[in-house]
Amino acid sequence: MKVRFFELAVGVFVLLGIGALFYLAVQVSNVTDYHDRDTYTVTGYFDNIGGLKTRAPVTVSGVRIGRVADIRYDPERFRAEVTLAIRSEHDYLPMDTQAAIHTAGLLGEQYIALEPGGDYETLQDGDEVMFTQSALVLENLIGRFMTNMGSD
Amino acid sequence: MTDAIASLGRTTINALVVFGRAFVFLIRVLASLDIVIRRFGLTLAQVYSVGVRSLLIIIVSGLFVGMVLAYQGYITLVNFGAAEALGGVVALSLVRELGPVVTALLFAGRAGSALTAELGLMKTTEQLSAMEMMAVNPYRRIFAPRFVAGFLSMPLLAAIFSAVGVMGGYIVGVGLLGVDSGAYFSQMQSVTDWNEDVLSGVIKSIVFGFVVTWIAVFQGFNAQPTSEGISRATTQTVVVSSLAVLGLDFILTGLMFGAG
Repeated sequence: MKVRFFELAVGVFVLLGIGALFYLAVQVSNVTDYHDRDTYTVTGYFDNIGGLKTRAPVTVSGVRIGRVADIRYDPERFRAEVTLAIRSEHDYLPMDTQAAIHTAGLLGEQYIALEPGGDYETLQDGDEVMFTQSALVLENLIGRFMTNMGSD
Repeated sequence: MTDAIASLGRTTINALVVFGRAFVFLIRVLASLDIVIRRFGLTLAQVYSVGVRSLLIIIVSGLFVGMVLAYQGYITLVNFGAAEALGGVVALSLVRELGPVVTALLFAGRAGSALTAELGLMKTTEQLSAMEMMAVNPYRRIFAPRFVAGFLSMPLLAAIFSAVGVMGGYIVGVGLLGVDSGAYFSQMQSVTDWNEDVLSGVIKSIVFGFVVTWIAVFQGFNAQPTSEGISRATTQTVVVSSLAVLGLDFILTGLMFGAG
């Protein structure tokens, strides 16, 4: 009887441990959100990406449809090459979609906002987003504001 | 003068001898791990005494650490109007650092000391020698199951600690301080990454489990066979494994989060 009790207790212990890991996965880190299963990638070239990081959200009208998969510097174009992984069900984005780097809140994390254009053709895997808008760099803004103030 | 230098040399040699014995001991334990599969019941009994019976202290401390984190985090964050970020603060501190480290410290105090005392007494009362006389290999019968049990229990305990801590943070943050319940979890989910944060914490706790159990079992094996020797070995287990955990945590944190 004693043997059966501690076996039961160990079983409960292991289940609790695995349950806790599962809880951490689903409730704390939202692992389901992390694996965007079927995605296609498009690239965009930005003059300045500011503080954009990989895994930052890609949104349309504020709805998240993908993530930033990769950021690298293109030494031939002298611009930052950003690869966006967009979920396959969002295959309706027109060719002339615009990509802009926005900031959530004043000092929040940066994300890519897509604004669909009017073209009939849609973006396919491996395509390039033609129109991009760089991140707003706060220092530049302040600098411009200061020079405007000075000229008045 | 020469006496002082000679005593320094003696201390160094003694320390190296202990290190060497610890490594040889570890290798002999690892070489006899097949007993774990062949007689799983032995390991199960140890998981019960090492893991299950540490559950209560782990759950209670996890709950309180989570609650205190929420209090302190809230006091700082509310100044910046960022009280909604509380969930992320609580979850990240627990999953990355406090979960593995505090669990390992508690585990060293609760389970490690018990292991050392038990093995030290076995050695003092010559139970280990008696086993050898009966052609029972104590490495297989005694050390390997205890080692594996500690090694397996630590990650589970650390995960339970973090999960309970997150709930404790929820109780204080949402229940007492009035942070929005949805914001608490959505903030948490947006800053906590499964690979980078949760899995790093799990890897840490596995390393800590290995080291703490190794130190505890070795100290028991290496104890002077006197009552004073057992007491010294038990103290050594807690002190050495706590220091080892804190030192290793610094190195692991640097490796995992520093280079990124």
